[in-house]
Amino acid sequence: MPGAVGDLLVEMDGISKDFPGVHALKECRFDLHRGEVHALVGENGAGKSTLMKILAGVYRRDAGRIRLNGVDVEIPTPRAAQLLGVSIIHQELSLMPNLTAAQNIFIGREPRRRLPFLLDEHALNENARRLFEGLHIKIEPETKVAKLAVAQQQMVEIAKALSHRAEVVIMDEPTAALTETEIDELFRIIRKLRDDGVGVVHISHRLEELKRISDRVTVMRDGQYVATVDTKDATIDQIIRMMVGRTIYEAAPEIPEVADPSVVLEVQGLSRGRAVRNVSFSLRRGEILGFAGLVGAGRTEVARAVFGADRPDTADIRVHGKAARINSPGDAVRQGIGYLSEDRKRYGLALGMDVEANIVLATLRKFLRSFGRVDVRRTHAAAQQLVERLAIKTPSLRQKVRNLSGGTQQKVVVAKWLTANTEILIFDEPTRGIDVGAKSEIYHLLNELAHQGKAIIMISSELPEILRMSHRIVVMCEGRITGELSGRDATQEQIMTYATMRPPVAKAS
Amino acid sequence: MRIGSIELTPARRTTLMRSDAVQRLLAFAALIVIVVIFSLLSPNFLQFDNVVGILLATAVNGILALGVTFVIISGSIDLSIGTVMTLSSVMTAVFITEWHMPVPVGILAGVATGALAGLVNGTLVAKLKIPSFIATLGMLNVAKGLALVVSGLKPIYFNDTPEFNRAAMGSVVGGVIPGLDIPNLVLVLFGCALVAGLILTTTVLGRFTFAMGSNEEAARLSGVNVDAWKMAVFALAGVFSGIAGVLIGARLNSAQPSLGQGYELDAIAAAVIGGTSLSGGEGSILGTVIGAFIISTLTNGLRILSVPQEWQTVVTGGIVIIAVYLDIVRRRQQQ
Repeated sequence: MPGAVGDLLVEMDGISKDFPGVHALKECRFDLHRGEVHALVGENGAGKSTLMKILAGVYRRDAGRIRLNGVDVEIPTPRAAQLLGVSIIHQELSLMPNLTAAQNIFIGREPRRRLPFLLDEHALNENARRLFEGLHIKIEPETKVAKLAVAQQQMVEIAKALSHRAEVVIMDEPTAALTETEIDELFRIIRKLRDDGVGVVHISHRLEELKRISDRVTVMRDGQYVATVDTKDATIDQIIRMMVGRTIYEAAPEIPEVADPSVVLEVQGLSRGRAVRNVSFSLRRGEILGFAGLVGAGRTEVARAVFGADRPDTADIRVHGKAARINSPGDAVRQGIGYLSEDRKRYGLALGMDVEANIVLATLRKFLRSFGRVDVRRTHAAAQQLVERLAIKTPSLRQKVRNLSGGTQQKVVVAKWLTANTEILIFDEPTRGIDVGAKSEIYHLLNELAHQGKAIIMISSELPEILRMSHRIVVMCEGRITGELSGRDATQEQIMTYATMRPPVAKAS
Repeated sequence: MRIGSIELTPARRTTLMRSDAVQRLLAFAALIVIVVIFSLLSPNFLQFDNVVGILLATAVNGILALGVTFVIISGSIDLSIGTVMTLSSVMTAVFITEWHMPVPVGILAGVATGALAGLVNGTLVAKLKIPSFIATLGMLNVAKGLALVVSGLKPIYFNDTPEFNRAAMGSVVGGVIPGLDIPNLVLVLFGCALVAGLILTTTVLGRFTFAMGSNEEAARLSGVNVDAWKMAVFALAGVFSGIAGVLIGARLNSAQPSLGQGYELDAIAAAVIGGTSLSGGEGSILGTVIGAFIISTLTNGLRILSVPQEWQTVVTGGIVIIAVYLDIVRRRQQQ
């Protein structure tokens, strides 16, 4: 391949992309030199992956232009990208677990025998072996990918990229699932690629990694290009400030004091696989405890484990000071714990049924007369009372939930939990999919519930929301709690620092 | 710069063997056990004529099962193979008996009918993105209806061409080794199985079949033309249905338009018993052939023991449930 280290390999300019209802990218630009590692950072939804998927032919751009080695190109398909020397290693590894390492690397480009439809398995394995040797990786080409560890699977992906003679290798959060030693190994290979003249794009949430591996950093925010800086000239604080940048703070609300600080829920040493590692926290009566972190930090997994939806590996959960055995959501409900999932439509509500039916659905047994008949007068009274208490805006109790707004639906779910005398409410992204106007109503509801003495956990990826609502804030990164802040004096920058902090392995919390 | 060799963490899982190999071994052991039990219970079971009966019964179902094995490994399902087989045999009969075409032309017409139906299935699934369960359920009824329409609701006999039946039921083997009169039909099964096995393990089509069933999106992102290969897999299943249609016509010396529905379930059962995973990505031809033999041996043995037909069905149904359950258990252990 022609070209020397330092030559401009990729130029993307004015790239825009709309998905139905969303401007994913607005006039973004990006460039990459031969023999550099260029980090791409930003919050969830900043558009990093979208931009790179356009370069890799997964998505097509709506506007803008892409130049490779100084020539304008169209990249309509992943195949076209490969032929142009652009390879992407996706966040979710895209390997075929039932095929061997070698079969995965050369899928679609298998060496053939004299009859062109017959595969040459021997040549296939030899080619893979040579690739692995070139990278000093110890993987048997004939091993099924399902049997390889995640780090090894990543090496297979890298070998696959190289087998395409890729000049541009894009890695989408490659370190997310790796251990410290595995990351060292990955970085060794990335440096080798760089020294061989490959341009590497490194998408990452982990800012401390940038210093170790990247030459330049481009920051994106809300689908827009913010800035590109030389890594050695920038501090992590500067980069974080560019990432959060926005100033759409609403007036800082008065967070009321917690009146009765008795501990309602105490969780010690909760672990579940790689998703949740040794998580401990406590929750007080009347308190809103915010769970902050990036998508995939393990917050929902914590909630599901506490709620009994997933079984934890280890956990010590105490409710009102007493050890609680929670093996199923049913157990959790009996302990007075309610979980309001992110996806209300799928898990929280029977959309085709009316408001009253939804409110009493979980506690129907309380409203029975003889022979299992439902006591309609009592369900009606109970539902009516909750509709008034929570100010649920519905024309009648007979209104189908489907026809209510997102915010009102959320309230119906809350009402459902209140009929079960729930003391602890876990809200997972309570304002997702709810328009701005209805958000403040949800906030008001949460404050009201806390004021009435409910203990609330609020998982949210929106920093302003976390800051506005929480008495205390717990920040998670990669399954661990990396920081705890008081809601009163926390800042977006502080949370972001904890949310991107790779916790020291040996640290006991 | 030092580039040291690396020690990556080994796989965290203890896997004894490839799971489909385990199931294949289990299936083979089960087949032996079944044969031993029936031969102890009935002296007639291992009689030559009865063994030939088992082989004949396996031939048609086995060939259908070969085709559906590809479809299942690729991550789809084909419910239409039984009635497509019927339509193929009717088309063969129409060509040979009604249009007085030479027998080979009739055979080709039958196989082509199957291939065409398979191609339509493939188009519905790959291009129109209709779930394969629904698309092939539709094809099941379309083929069933067409078979009745084309035949005029009546069986068509191959009375003008006795050589058609003779070719299938005669025995080349018996000619070479006197006394060992294994019908040629059975040889067709083994021939088809051999070809299917080679396609699955040594060709591009086979490799992509596994790739699609293993992770379709990954295959697509690797530049594999998933749509085209999916169509090819369904077309291949159609070809095997066509061959099965020709064979069943030759064996019965007639095309029976009302036959066929229910064959697809036996074929799918054979594949699953043989270790083909309904979630795709795993399976083998050898396993499917063993599975087909388990079903026909079981049916045959129960009949010899005068177990009523209804109960035979209950038993095969139970076996399928057990086989699928074993598959799920293995999968859970892997995770």
